[in-house]
Amino acid sequence: MALVGRALLILGLAVALYGIGASLYGARGGGPAWVDSGRRAVYALAGVLTLAFAILEAAFLRSDFSYSIVASHSSTTTPAFYKATAAWSSQEGSLLLWVWLLSVWSSLVLALTRRRLREIAPVATAVLLGFGSFFLVLTIFFAQPFATLAAPPPEGAGLNPLLRHTSMMFHPPMLYSGYTLFTIPFAFAIGALVTRRLGSEWIAGTRRFALAAWLCLGVGIVLGARWSYTELGWGGYWAWDPVENASLMPWLAGTAYIHSIMIQEKRGMLKVWNASLVLGTGVLAILGTFLVRSGILDSIHAFGANSLGVPFLALIATMVAGSVALVVSRRAALRSEHRIDSIWSREAAFLLQNVLLVGLAFVIFWGTFFPLISEAVTGTKTSVGPPWFDRYTVPLALAVVALSGLGPLIPWRRVTMAGLRRELVFPLGATLVALVALALVHGVTAEPKALLLFCAVAFTLACVGQEFWRGMRARQASAREAPPVALVALVRRNRRRYGGYLVHVGFAVLLLGVAASSSFQHAQDVSLKPGQSARVDGFTIRYVRATSVPSAEKISLGAVLDVSKGGRHVATLRTSRGFYPSQDPSQGIVGRFFGGEAESQVGLRAGLGRDIWTVIAPDLTPLQGIVNEGNRTFERAMAGLTRGGKPPNQAAVDQLFALRDAAVAAVARRFVTQPWPADFRFIVSPLATWIWLGAIVVALGGLIALWPAPLATRRRVGAAYAARVARELARS
Amino acid sequence: MNPSRKRRIRLVAALTAALLAGSALIYTSFSAGSDERTAGQLLDSAVPGRTYTLAGTVAQGSVRREGTVLWFAVLDPHRRHVEARVRYTGLVPDPFREGRGVMVQVRRSAGATTFVGEKDSMVTKCPSKFQVAPPGPAGSSSA
Repeated sequence: MALVGRALLILGLAVALYGIGASLYGARGGGPAWVDSGRRAVYALAGVLTLAFAILEAAFLRSDFSYSIVASHSSTTTPAFYKATAAWSSQEGSLLLWVWLLSVWSSLVLALTRRRLREIAPVATAVLLGFGSFFLVLTIFFAQPFATLAAPPPEGAGLNPLLRHTSMMFHPPMLYSGYTLFTIPFAFAIGALVTRRLGSEWIAGTRRFALAAWLCLGVGIVLGARWSYTELGWGGYWAWDPVENASLMPWLAGTAYIHSIMIQEKRGMLKVWNASLVLGTGVLAILGTFLVRSGILDSIHAFGANSLGVPFLALIATMVAGSVALVVSRRAALRSEHRIDSIWSREAAFLLQNVLLVGLAFVIFWGTFFPLISEAVTGTKTSVGPPWFDRYTVPLALAVVALSGLGPLIPWRRVTMAGLRRELVFPLGATLVALVALALVHGVTAEPKALLLFCAVAFTLACVGQEFWRGMRARQASAREAPPVALVALVRRNRRRYGGYLVHVGFAVLLLGVAASSSFQHAQDVSLKPGQSARVDGFTIRYVRATSVPSAEKISLGAVLDVSKGGRHVATLRTSRGFYPSQDPSQGIVGRFFGGEAESQVGLRAGLGRDIWTVIAPDLTPLQGIVNEGNRTFERAMAGLTRGGKPPNQAAVDQLFALRDAAVAAVARRFVTQPWPADFRFIVSPLATWIWLGAIVVALGGLIALWPAPLATRRRVGAAYAARVARELARS
Repeated sequence: MNPSRKRRIRLVAALTAALLAGSALIYTSFSAGSDERTAGQLLDSAVPGRTYTLAGTVAQGSVRREGTVLWFAVLDPHRRHVEARVRYTGLVPDPFREGRGVMVQVRRSAGATTFVGEKDSMVTKCPSKFQVAPPGPAGSSSA
């Protein structure tokens, strides 16, 4: 089947190249039949790649170690759920996932816009298939997912233990969906620039995809943060790692874009800015993929140094050069239809918010690439750490939060001072109340940055709450509905607006959790024996007993901990560290079961007020003596079985392996029967749960904004939109 | 004031603010950054009290624990048998092992031959996404 997989990739490349040719020929006068054929090539590509991806998944699920990537990223003892996810833990498999998702999303957008955007769509099709061809070339020539081994091993290396986490099933596909979905507005922007159809039609046609890209990327980022919090054993969720930053940059640029396009749709302004922003977002999405693939920057997440850097750099250079050339050459056609009337207008608020978001993205870009910049300037690689990022991102994030509350209150074109006063009375009053209440909480005033952020969050929640309240009251008055019905009807009829407001609420709540958990966290590293305890932030954490669980997959050594406060039981936590067998024979027959990769299982008691987080790091040094003895004993027994050069008796080998397994389990049990001190990290994080709750609200708001409006509303909006397009066409 | 003059003034103010912010960004990134060095470079020229990022591979047989303190040596990738010994406390990432690539923020005390790692500053290369060594020929049965 590997041969079929390889053939499908080559067929996919041929289909993509044909589609590019057909689309461009059709657009340049060849006729609509060629354009249709080009579009169908995208559907065909999606079909071919779905089949190829299914073949790869099937190989993982049946542990077919004749596939090189199955042998190096899975094993028979890997649980079925993780076998399925192991496909994208490899460089090769993740590239195939990328191009497959691209083909699926491209098919969807082209199917939905097949009766619209007739001039733009063929160019966009060619651009999307260009991306597809690029990634197919990578999977055919540089990182082959269907490469096979001449002598398949009886067992694979297994999936990295750190990736055996539920979020890992969804994190990469969500991130890649975000990246690939962002190439859709990019492709249509290129199409609009090439064909000079620079009205708001292409924006309306792809707006939903930009929003879906933003949503998927955001969910992917949060899943990654959650994985880091519950799996990596350091108690944090964000480390300003280059690969984390790589996903945040296009998300920030995309956030700016989905706001600024509203100005173009409403008032025909900021066309250069919007075109630049969407092209920049597309470039950042590819840059994100490049950072992970190339190994150019040191990161815990990056794939190793490889030969993919040069092709990616060539692609990025082409995208940047093409984008700049198109925007510069079309600048006359991109002229705004109106100017900003007043700096006290929603347009100006959107623009300021855009500047802040792009500023954030630029700061992160600078910090991420600083090792390369400094090496180019001074010859020494210098990196900046989290304090440097925090210095700039905290004030910018604070301003973005406050503006996300203020923006919805300001009307388009101009606000009067009297109107502004009326809008701000309640939010400012609520902020003042919050400030006074927070000042009374012990220790909060010692962290001015956190205090300011809390106030900004209170302001935003009050602003958005006021908007919901007023909308609901108006609806109640006009339709005579009960409050809950009026609220639901309000959101249902204005999904984009109120979905967006909900996103603002979620974002504010998320940052509340970030500010509280990072500023007021208590962490302690201690070494304890069973029966001993430590005090963290008023909690007493007692190491009750050690645990040892040997299984086919790993050996888990852990602890049961009792958490109490003032003598009252609060929680029982279980934490462990799993040791996976190594494939390195030099570690010895017994030693290899303790010398492989390790992974922490966090003990977590999540609560609305605070999280109590703990992890154990058992020291294996006291086991070294008995492990060495076991190695010697079983090596002698093994040598006895193969003495005389004869093949060993299988029954005897099986018996020896059974004895070895019993010996390994007995060694592991020593952690319980003869316990020695183990290292623990205890963390008490206030409001950490609000990060995840805020993210859920953001996702919910995004889904509401994304969901199609009711048919009647669509007809009404569609008529207004058609009138606008007609006006634009008449002008062009 | 006429509208075009007002716009010009706003533009100049915005550009000045952007220039100042950009200058601050560049200055602080150079002054607050930590230089990445190999073991040999640090042993030759590390200035006591200054923080560096030590990058390299953990030497075989060098890892030793003393309570919550971890001792290990980082090999110089370019000079054979040159290694910097590190005394480290704090978080040890799960993938940390002998033979694995690490980056750790270190300081050298005056006259000392070893380096003190800053708490929780260690970053270990994640092996999953790096090229995994091909599985060994030995079959494995369960533990």
